[in-house]
Amino acid sequence: MRAFATLYAELDASTSIRLKTAALQRYFQSVPPADAAWALYFLAGGRPRRLLPAAVLRSAALAESGLPEWLFEECYQSVGDMAETVALLLGDARTDDAGGLAAWMHDELLPLRGLPPGEQAARVTALWHRLDAAGRFVFNKLITGGFRVGVSRQLVLRALAAAFGRDEHALAQRIIGYTAADARPDAAAFLALIGEPGARGASEPLSAAQPYPFFLAQPLQQDPASLGAPGEWLAEWKWDGIRAQLVCRQGTVSLCSRGEELITDRFPEIQAGGAQLSGPIVLDGEVLCWLPGAAGPMPFAVLQTRIGRRTLSARRLREAPARFVAYDLLEDGSGDLRSLPQQERRERLQAVAAGWIGDALALSERLEATDWAALQALRNQSRERGVEGLMLKRALSAYGVGRTRSHPLGDWWKWKIDPWSVDAVLVYAQAGHGRRASLYTDYTFALWDGPPGTERRLVPFAKAYSGLSDAEIRAVDAVIRRTTVEKFGPVRSVTPTLVFELGFEGIARSPRHKSGVAVRFPRMLRPRPDKAIDDADQLATLLALIDGPPPQDG
Amino acid sequence: MAEGDLLELRPQGLYCAAGDFYIDPWRPVERALITHGHADHARAGHRHYLACERAQGVLRARLGSVTLQTLPWGEGLMLGDVRVSFHPAGHILGSAQIRVEHRGRVWVASGDYKVEADGTCDAFEPVRCDTFITESTFGLPIYRWRRQSEIMADINRWWAANAADGRTSVLYCYSLGKAQRILSGVDPSIGPIVCHGAILALNRVYQDAGVALPAVHSADEALAPADRARALVLAPPACAGSAWVRRFADRSDAFASGWMQVRGTRRRRGVDRGFVLSDHADWPGLQWAIRQTGASRVLVTHGQVAPMVRWLREQGLQAEPLATRFGEEGEDGEDGTDSATDGATISAPAQDPAAGV
Repeated sequence: MRAFATLYAELDASTSIRLKTAALQRYFQSVPPADAAWALYFLAGGRPRRLLPAAVLRSAALAESGLPEWLFEECYQSVGDMAETVALLLGDARTDDAGGLAAWMHDELLPLRGLPPGEQAARVTALWHRLDAAGRFVFNKLITGGFRVGVSRQLVLRALAAAFGRDEHALAQRIIGYTAADARPDAAAFLALIGEPGARGASEPLSAAQPYPFFLAQPLQQDPASLGAPGEWLAEWKWDGIRAQLVCRQGTVSLCSRGEELITDRFPEIQAGGAQLSGPIVLDGEVLCWLPGAAGPMPFAVLQTRIGRRTLSARRLREAPARFVAYDLLEDGSGDLRSLPQQERRERLQAVAAGWIGDALALSERLEATDWAALQALRNQSRERGVEGLMLKRALSAYGVGRTRSHPLGDWWKWKIDPWSVDAVLVYAQAGHGRRASLYTDYTFALWDGPPGTERRLVPFAKAYSGLSDAEIRAVDAVIRRTTVEKFGPVRSVTPTLVFELGFEGIARSPRHKSGVAVRFPRMLRPRPDKAIDDADQLATLLALIDGPPPQDG
Repeated sequence: MAEGDLLELRPQGLYCAAGDFYIDPWRPVERALITHGHADHARAGHRHYLACERAQGVLRARLGSVTLQTLPWGEGLMLGDVRVSFHPAGHILGSAQIRVEHRGRVWVASGDYKVEADGTCDAFEPVRCDTFITESTFGLPIYRWRRQSEIMADINRWWAANAADGRTSVLYCYSLGKAQRILSGVDPSIGPIVCHGAILALNRVYQDAGVALPAVHSADEALAPADRARALVLAPPACAGSAWVRRFADRSDAFASGWMQVRGTRRRRGVDRGFVLSDHADWPGLQWAIRQTGASRVLVTHGQVAPMVRWLREQGLQAEPLATRFGEEGEDGEDGTDSATDGATISAPAQDPAAGV
C-alpha cells in the first residue's frame, strides 16, 4: 500500500501535468504488474462496489477517536470528507505497511464485503493501525468507493504509454471494460493491456460487447458564425438522454453507457430492436423515453425511472418505453469506420437505418439549414421539442477519443439553449464538501410571494451550489459569516442581503415543495450586486413560466 | 461576560473599567495594551500604546511614531488599581499574554499563542489565573501539528528536489512571524534565498532584536539564471498569481500554514504543496495551555469558538464565547478563516460586531 499511497500523495501534491505524468510513469515502471493492475484500475476511474457501509466506517472511527459524537461530527463538517477526517483524528501509529496494493486488495479489502458490521469494524480498525496517515486516507477512500485523484484517464494512459513504449490510442481502446465495477484486475490483465500490439496494428479484434471510446462534444460559447460556413457542419438536436453505444457482434446485442457500464438488461425493448441488425455493427446514439407516435421524447425525469430498476413491470415498459436514437455509425461489416469523415459515416448510417422497423431504433434527424440564422431559429424551438439545443459536427471530422480536437475549429460542439433565469435572494447556507469544506458554498434561494409595496415574505424555492468562481465563493462566504442570524446544525440562516441570477433547465409544479414548484438543475449564473433584495423576482414570475410560452433566447 | 467582570466587551474592544484601558481594541481609544504586532491586534489610531519591550521593533515597523511605552517580560505596571504585566505567548517576536490583576482577581488575555518553542521568539509561558481568554483558531482535534523540525525537513527536501530539477521554489507565508521562522529553520546551503519586500522589512526588525537569520536577496537583485532556478522565494500569500511571482517562470509553489492540514483548503489554494506549519497552538496545545493556567473560567475567542466552549464545559470548566474582531484582517496572520485572506468582491452591509457576530 505504501507505494500507492506515495503515488497518491505525489499526484495530489502537484498541479503540474508534467510532474504528475512523471510520477505515474515512475510508479508503473517500479511496481509488480499485479499492483500496477489495481493502481491502473483505480486511477482510470474503476470503482469497485462499496466494500462496507459508510456507517460502519464512521462508527469505527468514532470509537477509535475517543471523542464525543458531536465533536467528531464538528470535525467531519470542517474537513468535509469522512476518509480524511478519520485519517486526521487517529494519531500517527507505528506502520507495518508491508505488501503491495494487490495483496492489500485480495487479502484485506475485498474480503470485507459481506461480513457482519461488527466484524468489518474490528478489521478496519486493526488495519488502520498498520498504516500512517497518508496510507489510512487512501485505504479509507478505497473501501468506501470514493477514490478520486486529480488525473484524467487520458493522462494516466499517456503515462502508461510512455512507460512501456506503447501507442496511447491503442491503450485507450484496450482499456475499455477494464474498469467495470466487478472487474478483478490481475497481473495477466495488466500485461495483456500493455503487451505488444497485435498483428493488425492498433486496431485489434474486439470482444463481442466492447464499445469504442466515446467522442465528446465541447460547449459552444462563442458566436456560431466563428465556425465558418454552416455547410461545413452537420446539425442535429442535442438529446437529453443517456449517451450509449449499441454494439452488435457475433450475434449478440449490447448496450453500453458512456460510463462503460453494460445497461442492456435495463432496456429490453432496445435489445429486442437491435436483434434486427445484422452485425457486426456499432451505433453511437442516445437512449430516450419516447411514446410511440409522439413528436418528441419524454422528459429526462421519466427516463430516470428506468435507469435505477433492474426489474421492469409491464406497466413501466408501456408508460415509459425507451428507444435508441442513433447519430453515428462506428463499425460495420467493413470494420472500424471512425477515421472516415463524419459526412460519410452519416450517409452510411442513413443507409443502414432505412431498413429499421419498429419504435426501438430510430435515426437522429439531420437538421438542414443554409445559414446560421436558420439554425438559430431551429434552436429556439428546443424547449417545445424537449431537447437541450443543437449539436454541430464538422462534416470532415473523424470520430475522436474523449475531448480531443483535430481541427482548429473543433469537431463536435454542443450548442445548448440558454437556461431560464430569475433573480433570487440567498436565505440559507451550508458548508460544502471536499475542496469546498469549511466554506459556505451550498445555498438556498427564495423569491417574494407578493409585489413590492405589499406585506410579503421570501419563499425558498431552490438550492444551488455551482456557478461561482472560487473568489466569488470566498466573498459570499465572508458575507454569510457576517450576516448569520441562526445556526441549525450545519445550516445557517442569514439576514437576506445577496441577490443572484439563478439559471435552471426545466420547471414543473410540485406539491412537495413549499413554493409549489420544482426547478431542474438550478445553478448560479452570476451575482447581482447591483440589485437590492427588493428587486428580486416574485414567485408569480416563476409560475408564469410553467404556463406561458417559453422565452426566446439568442 | 457578566456584570462586574474585570474585562468587558465594548464597541471599541475589550475594556478594563478598573484600569481604564483596552486590550487590542479595534476602534481608536485613549489607552491600548497590545498583545502583538499582527494587524488585527495592533491597529493604528490609539493615543497611548503599551506593549512588551520585545514587541517594540515590530510595533514601530507597523505603526510608525506612535506614543509607545514598553515593559520588560513580567514587570508590573499600575494603571489605576490594576496591575498589568506582559508574558511570552510564543506566537511571533514580542507576542505577549497580558496579565491583569485587580483586588485579588487575575485575568489573562492570551492574544494569539503557540506552545512549541521555535527559536525566533520567546517561548510560551503559562500564567496562573482565574479567568483565561484563549484563542481557538485551530480548536478542533483534527489539528495536531508535527514537530517543527520535521516540517522544516519536508520544506528542505521539497526545495532541494526543485533545485535539482532547475525549478524555483516559491513558498507563500505570512510576512510577520512565519517568514522569519522559516528562514531560521531552512538549510541555506541548498541555494540562494529571495524574499519579497514586505518580508525583508520585517527580517531587519528580527535581526535587530538579535534573531539570527540567513543572508537573503531582494527580488530586484539580478541573480544569475542558474541561481534563480535553485532559489527559495518567500512571499506573502497575496502575491499568488501576481506579476511579482510570475517573474519566476518555472516554479513549484507551496503554502505554509496550519490551514494546510485539511486537503480541501490546500486544493482551494491551488498550490503544489502545503506545509502544515502554524504560529498558533494545535488542539493538544490549546488543551495543555488552558490546563496550565489553572483557570476555572475560560473565555473563547476567534476560530472554533462553539466547539471549544462546549468541549471545555464538558471538561467541567466554566466556558463562554467572546465575540471579538480578532482574525478579521488576516493578511499577515493565519487568524480567522482561511478565506479571510482574500479580497471580497461582494459586499453586504457591515454589522456592528459588538452586536454579536
